[in-house]
Amino acid sequence: MVDSELQAATRAASPVIEVTHVTTRFGSAVVHDDVSLSVRRGEVFGIAGGNGCGKSTLLREIVGLLAPSAGTIRLFGVDSRRLEESDGTPLHRRFGVMFQHGALFSSLTLAENVAVPLREHTAVGPGLIRDLVAVKIAMVGLPPESAVKYPGELSGGMRRRAALARAIVMDPELLFLDEPTAGLDPVVAATFDELVLHLKNVLGLTVVMVTHDLDSLWRVADRVAVLGNGKVLGVGTMPELSRSEDPVVRAYFLGPRGRAAKEQAAWNARERGA
Amino acid sequence: MESRASVAINGTVMNCRGPWVLSHLADLERQSGMLQWPDAAALVCDASRVTAMDTGGALLLQQSIETARRRGLTIDLRGLRPEFSELLQLVGTRLPRAGPGTVAPRSGWMARGDRALRRRAEAAVQALAFIGETAVAMRRAATRPRSIRWRAVVRVLEMDGVRALPITGLLTFLVGVVIAYQGAEQLRRFGTNIFIVDLVGISLLRELAPLVVAVLIAGRSGSAYAAEIGAMKVTEELDAVRTLGIPPMSLLVLPKTVALVIALPLLTFYADVVGVAGGMLIASGQLNVSVREFLDRFDEAVALRHLVIGLAKAPFFAVIIAMVGCYQGFRIRGGVDDVGRHTTLSVVQSIFLVIVFDAVCSILLNWWNL
Repeated sequence: MVDSELQAATRAASPVIEVTHVTTRFGSAVVHDDVSLSVRRGEVFGIAGGNGCGKSTLLREIVGLLAPSAGTIRLFGVDSRRLEESDGTPLHRRFGVMFQHGALFSSLTLAENVAVPLREHTAVGPGLIRDLVAVKIAMVGLPPESAVKYPGELSGGMRRRAALARAIVMDPELLFLDEPTAGLDPVVAATFDELVLHLKNVLGLTVVMVTHDLDSLWRVADRVAVLGNGKVLGVGTMPELSRSEDPVVRAYFLGPRGRAAKEQAAWNARERGA
Repeated sequence: MESRASVAINGTVMNCRGPWVLSHLADLERQSGMLQWPDAAALVCDASRVTAMDTGGALLLQQSIETARRRGLTIDLRGLRPEFSELLQLVGTRLPRAGPGTVAPRSGWMARGDRALRRRAEAAVQALAFIGETAVAMRRAATRPRSIRWRAVVRVLEMDGVRALPITGLLTFLVGVVIAYQGAEQLRRFGTNIFIVDLVGISLLRELAPLVVAVLIAGRSGSAYAAEIGAMKVTEELDAVRTLGIPPMSLLVLPKTVALVIALPLLTFYADVVGVAGGMLIASGQLNVSVREFLDRFDEAVALRHLVIGLAKAPFFAVIIAMVGCYQGFRIRGGVDDVGRHTTLSVVQSIFLVIVFDAVCSILLNWWNL
């Protein structure tokens, strides 16, 4: 028992994701210039930055959809470029990705969409798959009758939840969220934040979240990296970053919206304390 | 540490062991299906040796417990780690009691037939509406030719006319060669080599060149129109165009139709020339009909009306191809798979309509002895 606790401790200490000296170029445009980051087990890690600063590109590189021009990215200690190779299949089961617009398969119903990874990667029988899918659909807060609907018939918020259900259906250790709250109304966005925190606690997830949404960064992120000019301008907790000296980071966090989000977060903290 | 997950009943104890996770779930499911439930009143579930558990494993354990309860057994769950029992509880509360909600109800053949019929009727009404709308737009354009977007027309002419020249040329050249080859064998037998000119000339000019060009353009451009308009619909570009006060008809349908009406006769004439050249090549090689003889005979054997009839059909084909392509594009709604389906439909329907139209023309012209 002590032995396994020690193992767990060392596992927790070793980073889940290690991005080292990554450079990305599209033609002559440099998107990332020597970017290094590491994500620890069990934390919610936010990646923030202005439009076009390469947040989503970095995410695509981490999950192995895109190869960086230079540098290495390790997921669970494995080079992400090796993901596609045959011995990399278990790695795909260890992380889930929720894309910005959901990327649900439009020819399948919601339940079928969620069931795709199970059918593809396990030999579990159809009855159990159906129940498991129903559990995940309920977990993300979708009503059971939405299971037979097609993505075209769902609202934006529901599509986002459905995509989240598909991303967590394999019980991954690591969850990637690309702009999870973009385009959602504040109420739905806030419930989505709570949902992410809840799932993180229940399933013991490590979450990497690319977002512009300052409110959601204050609410859910343990640590945040700010990208800009191809570099990492700062990594730390939100209070640390809001005291940063870097002009771009200051503009990002202490602009009118940033300040409003900060005050909101402080207010929330007081409410919770009271 | 046990590497294999297992569930087994010994007496009145149900032993759960190993990692109860997705990768072992199929195995566990099979084992739990074969459990021999005891005839006792109580069952102890010993889960102290479960080393790992995820939602799938928790769900299966929950279901096993429920199965036991339904058999009238009281279950005493022991030794499950606190974090796992939390998961078990979560799964238990989240599991919807009514299973059938997740499966779409199957409908009978009457209902399905009824739906199909309604869909057809709806499509027919839509097609009529589309034809009417286009006719209105065309009439308006005819009275005010300046309102046509000539810039778009020129672009379509380039894309679907000029760039189609190589493939159209190659194809009709080969058609000419094939006809001449097939004819040569028969004509040589009767010593009527010179009639190769009639065979190649009339069949190509009157029927084959317009038809081959129309089929090619239907596949090359009609499908592209459907996909383009469909993609614009999916990405809400069409709605943007409408809210900017630009009727999609005048922006998308009219330029394409006008451009194809101009391009198709020209392509057909080009195909006539290249196809006859192909026939001429084979005639001189296989039948000893020199180019000079061929052209002399062409002048007297092939009446001008064959050329005119062939060229006159081309604009009608053009209207069919452009309208079917655009119509199918507008019918796309929502999904990505819809784009593929309607693109295919546009090609199938326009080729079908082109051939039907051609057949009707042949019958009518035959009546009028043309």
